Amino acid sequence: MSDPVRLIEVREAIHADNARVAQELRQRLAEKKTFLLNLMSGPGAGKTRTILRTIDELRDRFRFGVLEADIDSTVDAELIAARGISAVQLRTGGFCHLDASMVAKGLDALDLDALDVVIIENVGNLVCPAEFDTGAIRSVMILSVPEGDDKPLKYPLMFTVSDVLLVNKVDYLALSDFDGEALRQRVLKLNPRIQIFDISAKTGQGVEAWAAWLSREVRSFIGG
Amino acid sequence: MHELQITESILNIVLRHAAGQDVAKIVRIHLRVGELSDLADEWIQHYFAYLSRGTLAQDAELAITRAPIVLRCAACGRSFEPGKDRLGEAKCPVCAGTRLELVSGRGYFIENMEVV
Repeated sequence: MSDPVRLIEVREAIHADNARVAQELRQRLAEKKTFLLNLMSGPGAGKTRTILRTIDELRDRFRFGVLEADIDSTVDAELIAARGISAVQLRTGGFCHLDASMVAKGLDALDLDALDVVIIENVGNLVCPAEFDTGAIRSVMILSVPEGDDKPLKYPLMFTVSDVLLVNKVDYLALSDFDGEALRQRVLKLNPRIQIFDISAKTGQGVEAWAAWLSREVRSFIGG
Repeated sequence: MHELQITESILNIVLRHAAGQDVAKIVRIHLRVGELSDLADEWIQHYFAYLSRGTLAQDAELAITRAPIVLRCAACGRSFEPGKDRLGEAKCPVCAGTRLELVSGRGYFIENMEVV
């Protein structure tokens, strides 16, 4: 005779551990007065170049650091460090995303007392990074024009968790059938609160408006 | 690819709940997964079989229920389920409003588990 099966109630969210670490990290950032920005996109949408442009625009106002996540390379961190910006490379070792404890570990390598803003360059991937709270104060995603205006239909979660959508490479618009208005409608249905900025990290077009938004967010978080 | 980490969390949580409950074996685990979460069921089961070897949860079956995506119309307050494939064209079935908010359809939740 086999033992009777019993039911044990668990009722627990699987991301509860990560959510707690993320919350502790936000607390630490508030104490240190350091704003943490999580930047996500697919591969090749222009994350590194957007980071460099953004820092160029705001470096006389804030002290920046960068946390670079890559599956297995250091090229992006080298590019950023070459500009005299503190950069830490996190090799995720095959992991497709960053979670809050990986970010917390990366921040240990930066002197937060000397930094106002740290930008996380998340792993290039439109799926997995959207699932994990990194502990950032704000999350921003980039969609570049060559990727197409249909991406909100294919990767809805990323669009729902982002505070800002940067539509990058608008200098390619003339060459493509990308429908900016259709994109806007699709994105706003998923996330009515999202801010959308059209930029070209290459030419600098539109970067000022995006940088002004970031600047306001940073000031309201760190004070002053 | 994030399935591996999620699977590890599932295993840690169920083993924690089984501890001290006089459990000989975990037979089945009931999970609720939001439809917005890209998760391949077969990979989770696969990873789970690998990670759980030698634990109380070895050979446990993962029973996954999908929680539907629910949107709420900001204009009239009506909640509805647009279906994942129709998300981009979604509008309120009552007033045709298009300012919509996501009420549920995200995340992963362990409901309960069957043990002997």
